[in-house]
Amino acid sequence: MKRPTLQASRRPRTGDAILWLATGLATLLVLAVLAIILFDVIRNGTQKLTLGFLTKAPAEGMTAGGIFPAIIGTVELVILMTLAALPAGVATAIYLHEYADPMGIPTRIVRIAVNNLAGVPSIVFGLFGLGFFVQFAGGGIDKLFYGGAKVYGQPALIWAALTMAVLTLPVVIVATEEALSAVPRDVRLASAALGATKFQTIVRVVLPQAVPGILTGAILAISRGAGEVAPILFTGAAYFLPSLPHTFHDQFMQLGYHVYVLATQSPDVDATRPLLYATVLVLLALTFALNASAIVVRSRMRRRFSGAHS
Amino acid sequence: MNGNEVEREGSNLTNLPLPPDDPSARVLRGAPAPVLTSHTAPNARPRRPRLVLKRPSIGERVTELVIHGLAFSAVAAMILILVFIAKEAWPILTSSAIHKEVTLAKMWFAQQWPGYDAPEHVWQPVSEVPKYGAWPLVVGTIKVTFISMIVAVPLAVGAAVFISQYASRRVREVAKPAIEFLAGIPSVVLGFFALIVMASWLQSIFDFDSRLNSIVAGIALSFAVIPVIFTVCEEALGAVPRSYVEASVALGAARWQTISKVVLPAAAPGVAAGIALGLGRAFGETMIVLMASGNAAILSANPAESVRTLSATIAAELAEVVFGGPHYTVLFTLAVLLFVVTFGINFIGDQTISRMKRRMGVSQ
Repeated sequence: MKRPTLQASRRPRTGDAILWLATGLATLLVLAVLAIILFDVIRNGTQKLTLGFLTKAPAEGMTAGGIFPAIIGTVELVILMTLAALPAGVATAIYLHEYADPMGIPTRIVRIAVNNLAGVPSIVFGLFGLGFFVQFAGGGIDKLFYGGAKVYGQPALIWAALTMAVLTLPVVIVATEEALSAVPRDVRLASAALGATKFQTIVRVVLPQAVPGILTGAILAISRGAGEVAPILFTGAAYFLPSLPHTFHDQFMQLGYHVYVLATQSPDVDATRPLLYATVLVLLALTFALNASAIVVRSRMRRRFSGAHS
Repeated sequence: MNGNEVEREGSNLTNLPLPPDDPSARVLRGAPAPVLTSHTAPNARPRRPRLVLKRPSIGERVTELVIHGLAFSAVAAMILILVFIAKEAWPILTSSAIHKEVTLAKMWFAQQWPGYDAPEHVWQPVSEVPKYGAWPLVVGTIKVTFISMIVAVPLAVGAAVFISQYASRRVREVAKPAIEFLAGIPSVVLGFFALIVMASWLQSIFDFDSRLNSIVAGIALSFAVIPVIFTVCEEALGAVPRSYVEASVALGAARWQTISKVVLPAAAPGVAAGIALGLGRAFGETMIVLMASGNAAILSANPAESVRTLSATIAAELAEVVFGGPHYTVLFTLAVLLFVVTFGINFIGDQTISRMKRRMGVSQ
């Protein structure tokens, strides 16, 4: 992919210098923003970041203790979210890439929906989760099975996870489709030549090759789910809980929401600040680790496929 | 990747005993695999060549049906989102109980409130006389969005030009993932940074009347918008056919002339689409503005004053309202507005991108 440099005319050098400088400065400034945020969070976050911080519950009105329940809540949330988003996202990608007529109207409708779903404001997802999952679905379950008692008809882990699954669906779809289109045609032809049905080809030949891409999508979705706050504000996140969530209809604590709570609702700002920084550091480290592993998985996949071709 | 595919297909075609312009050859090219069903006579022209040799079993059929069904989950989600938000907002048009407190007209036209000298737009939903004037929120949203775009567009487009046109391979391989990592930072972290760190810095420089205001929120918001614009722009600039650049250089143009007169105009739809997607993101972003804008619903053009946006209003107020009450209904009405506007902006952006991809694909 190395581009040979183009030898331009030598005359108007100042124009080039100006454009190079201006765009280079823009790049530098953007990178500086990232560097400053990381530097500030790492410098102030490492003080309180101990094993105890990761394994204890918040104490004394959020001015002491740790973030253990928020970590557990986040893990439970993203597991449930992935279980919901992955099948739907992978199925959509398989449909778009393997079955649907690429120029057909169904394909276009699905694509428009996927692209626009990615652009819906996250707070709107929160309202949707409240209206559809909590009140409609949860309220319906309560009426049917619990005689109207409020069990599922209130903000809960399962509803927050499903809301987040809808939000991350486009991420999974896009990554899976990319992976499917990277699977070489020859492999499909070989499978068909051996007498496999289309479905057998997809399940036994294409999908195993696309696993790294699907994994990338899942990782990116999880990274999103760990930090996104607006969709869970009204669908299940709790300010503080004395016990960990045990059932689908319990409320839960989440890292992103915990950052929001510590930053805006603390009774004692100075006492909370070190904890706040440490929480942000944990959240950022988690996001960074997830994104970095997605990049590694993806580049390995690219290398494997490009190697197979040359 | 695409180029590879085209090449391979081309070479496959030359091996086929069909002329390239034969209609069945075109069918073969579009079909998943050029394998004919076993019972097709060799000379008969197949209507649609099938990949299938064996008939799929019932189980496979059912699973395929499930896949087809699940494939429309995104469509279902879009429809359900609109239906369920509109359903909760609907009473603002029909319910007389809600009309006693608020109507669409009361939201959008200045009202004479008790204790005020003249009709005014006021957002005070939790007071003795609840006031639901939506203009302070709309103006606040526009203010913050505008400031964030003023900061984000030059930086993002500039960085995209630098990375795609000037940067060496090594610089590109570091800078691009770094900017994409900025996109991965949760918005609550950007909000935290603006609230705790950036607001104090800006305060010490500019000495604002209110520490949290639309400038602080706008700048923080731009950090979330920059990666969105950058990614789309960088891709658009990279997709400009090399022949354009070569032709320009062959005519004696300098690098900057080539960039400003050939590359940027060719990529203009992509740049515009990137800006549109960034605008959509800025307009609907919640946590950053909720934390960094100060959240006072003041109708003013002054950027140094505290603002309250549509998204932040919903996030801050919905938890405390009575289900199905006037305030609840108004907040869902604002959500419908938010949904419709972002949908419009994103739709235009996406259509521009796909049109450009098609055009670039043809001209290459």
